[in-house]
Amino acid sequence: MAKVLENLDEVTIRFAGDSGDGMQLTGTQFTSTTALMGNDLSTLPDYPAEIRAPAGTLFGVSGFQIHFGSTEINTPGDTCDVLVAMNPAALKVNLRSLRDGGIIIANTDGFDAKNLKLAGYDKNPLENGLTEQFQVFPVAITKLTDLALADMNLSTKLVERSKNFFALGMMYWMFSRPIEPTERWIDDKFKKSPELIEANKRVLKAGYAFGETTEIFAVRYEVKPASLQPGKYRSITGNEAVAWGLIAASVKSGLELFLGTYPITPASDILHELSKHKNFNIKTFQAEDEIAGVTSAIGASYGGALAVTTTSGPGMALKTEGIGLALMLELPLIIVDVQRGGPSTGLPTKTEQADLLQAVYGRNSEAPVPVIAASTPADCFNMAFEAARIAIKYMTPVILLTDGYLANGAEPWLIPQVSSLPNICPTFVTNPEGFQPYSRDEKTLSRPWAIPGTPGLEHRIGGLEKQHITGNVNYEPENHEFMVKMRQNKVDGIADDIPLATVEGDEKGDLLVVGWGGTYGAIRTAVEAKRREGKSVSHLHIKHLNPFPKNLGEILYNFKNVLVAEINLGQLVKMIRSKYLVPALSYNRVLGLPFKASDLEQEIDKIV
Amino acid sequence: MNLVQEIIAENKNQAVPKYTAKDFSSDQDVRWCPGCGDYSILAQVQRVMPELGIPKHNLVFISGIGCSSRFPYYMDTYGFHGIHGRAPAIATGLKVARPDLTVWVATGDGDGLSIGGNHLIHVCRRNVDLKILLFNNQIYGLTKGQYSPTSEYGKVTKSTPFGSVDSPFNPTLLALGAESSFVARTLDRDPKHMQYVIRRAAEHKGTAFIEIYQNCNVFNDGAFFTFTEKESKDENVLFLEHGKPMVFGKQKDKGIKLEGFTPTVVSLTDGKYSVNDLMVHNEKDTMLSFILARMSSFPNLPRPVGVFYQMQRPIYDVEMERQLQLIREKKGVGNLETLLNHGETWIIQ
Ligand code: SF4
Repeated sequence: MAKVLENLDEVTIRFAGDSGDGMQLTGTQFTSTTALMGNDLSTLPDYPAEIRAPAGTLFGVSGFQIHFGSTEINTPGDTCDVLVAMNPAALKVNLRSLRDGGIIIANTDGFDAKNLKLAGYDKNPLENGLTEQFQVFPVAITKLTDLALADMNLSTKLVERSKNFFALGMMYWMFSRPIEPTERWIDDKFKKSPELIEANKRVLKAGYAFGETTEIFAVRYEVKPASLQPGKYRSITGNEAVAWGLIAASVKSGLELFLGTYPITPASDILHELSKHKNFNIKTFQAEDEIAGVTSAIGASYGGALAVTTTSGPGMALKTEGIGLALMLELPLIIVDVQRGGPSTGLPTKTEQADLLQAVYGRNSEAPVPVIAASTPADCFNMAFEAARIAIKYMTPVILLTDGYLANGAEPWLIPQVSSLPNICPTFVTNPEGFQPYSRDEKTLSRPWAIPGTPGLEHRIGGLEKQHITGNVNYEPENHEFMVKMRQNKVDGIADDIPLATVEGDEKGDLLVVGWGGTYGAIRTAVEAKRREGKSVSHLHIKHLNPFPKNLGEILYNFKNVLVAEINLGQLVKMIRSKYLVPALSYNRVLGLPFKASDLEQEIDKIV
Repeated sequence: MNLVQEIIAENKNQAVPKYTAKDFSSDQDVRWCPGCGDYSILAQVQRVMPELGIPKHNLVFISGIGCSSRFPYYMDTYGFHGIHGRAPAIATGLKVARPDLTVWVATGDGDGLSIGGNHLIHVCRRNVDLKILLFNNQIYGLTKGQYSPTSEYGKVTKSTPFGSVDSPFNPTLLALGAESSFVARTLDRDPKHMQYVIRRAAEHKGTAFIEIYQNCNVFNDGAFFTFTEKESKDENVLFLEHGKPMVFGKQKDKGIKLEGFTPTVVSLTDGKYSVNDLMVHNEKDTMLSFILARMSSFPNLPRPVGVFYQMQRPIYDVEMERQLQLIREKKGVGNLETLLNHGETWIIQ
């Protein structure tokens, strides 16, 4: 049967199955291949906190969504066009994100009585009603996988494990992608087991061939490459980008990278990534707890390292006292907080933006710390580098906020030229002549970095209040007030050394949508859509949250309305209202998921 | 070579000056209470430092919070007064980043065993090359007299007016249990012994843990007098010496004999036992070290002081350096260009 080839500008696919079904792997492979095809894309891995939640249950469903296209793609997609469901639970959980008329590819072998019951279905939904609303394609994925491997004498478990490659192969066929990149990946991944290489490749091919030959698929799709800026690209996740940004800062500053950290979801991948690249002389220290993570980093910074600690909300809470110490000692330190749903243990694998106030204000006493945030997965590279620049230049801890969505989400990244990255120039004092531990650079107000091992500079530092210049312990009232203000002025002064905020859209108008962090893509998509409709809406995304860019107030005053959109109950909006006294409105969702551009569009419609 | 390595290299071959104890005394006024045992610890450390042949600029003292933790201010070396309990973690970060430095930790029973207990045990376990001085005065001094994790059961303090119902830690036993590769105990009022133990700790490669019985004359005066005062000391303290039988008493007339697993005091004068029947101290014997450390729980036994245990085993910071070296040799020194461009990439024209 001749198949129809249809052209699409953009598509969103969601792979969903049990935690053990390999959906994350399937999604990542589809992403890599799609990136190689030159599409713009954005992904959303969505998985449970349990490692292997009981099979077939609703809470054990693991999903991976990819939105790709020949146009600019900024979000992982509000709704999906295609849902690959490996079992009834995966169908049930994800059905509400499937658009009307969307495609369901279901593994019929997963729809047995037991699984139907676990998902709470009385009757098999594939046979009842779904077809009116969606295009349903039932495929016996497990049996077909079994068939492909029939002569290999593999255990049922191994056969079961490779069925995700069948689904992947099918989707490669359906969206006209090559299978070779995944074949190469299989060769590398399973190089220790020729049997698994053979099995997985066979199943992948079988899936592809099934698409080709089966009568059930009449249409095949094509998504042309996007017109991205010319250059060399790769796909990158936020956590990878943070790690690489830190490595770049280490190379460009000539400082050894030290990571003191404790495993925590969703930040651990930064530790894993840095641990892979120890040939950059990176020292990764998996500490006994979060507190040792930050304090060991402070010790390393004292010794002259580019010191970093990485964590998520609960760990941030534990590191609070350590961050206060670092700012009192005025030593460079980078704290990466990959925000997740909270409070307390909250939603470890879900995204949120509710640590902003904690980052900016959450320490005892007057404890100013620069806070910056990355806005896309690839932007995590730039912002990690920026955190290092500020930390070293101003001798201060810097908090970099990312989030679970950025951390695990991927996008194409135009690989920067190493030569185009600025140098970071730390200076260590070596001359004992006139050395004072708390003397200050006139411009930056930062104190000298005097590392142990330098003759003649032996001195003592600590968390007690310091005397200006000498750094000796000092309890005098005037000195304390002076030092409190000094520390504040130093951080405030960084505003002179960061880029001005830039508006996307017109500089003046009816509405300015303000965001920060990982909501960039969704806000951009929503604002662009409304602008196309002729509405007077602009978008401002703030990357430096403490201090704010100097022109922020001016920009805000140019708009009739300001709407601050955040995945929290209104944190940036508080900071903006109190600092600029503007009656900013607030748009908030806290679903543990990224914003939907469409929801935001409705909100914009209410205002303009 | 990076900036830090340059500084290290530049100063590597400088001759180490001939120091005296005075050279290690900083310009800061010492602010412990008059008569505090801390003074003696400071004096003994300052006395031993010149013998080590380490330039002052390569020495770092790190502390947490508490009376003991004021220590770094008084040493004319690099000093770091940290936050409560975290000195071992701060020191670990420094030592891992800078294995060229000699790093000492000053802590107390509250700082090191209560709020910082977790860091202390993990430093011992990892065998980071740090020297830890734990000032044990069995009380919280700086917060003005609450019971500590080493205070005895029933202790009456400001926070336990009816007596404490907490049971104490035995720091030496804890350090052994946490796999410290050097464990010793000494007394604030025995300068010679303390100097000996400090010297031994300095010579040891790996974590060296020293428990120092320290008198807090303001809030817990005389807690260790049985072991430190002339009248009672000889009859109540067992000075451990490697390879020597365990003899004690003013007249050297008593000894420790092992009955099963239990050490017992025997007389060497009643004709029943001779020195040959006694336990012989062996610093390398881990089983023995636990028996000796456990003796503190039995008031009828003398209190052992000295080096309980000393064993060489892999050192965390050394291993980390070694591994990095191996990786660099195997993979080549990291190149940023290569990193950013490795794996799957594609070109958009
Ligand atoms: S309170 Fe006790 S331990 Fe602290 S300085 Fe005074 S005597 Fe020494």
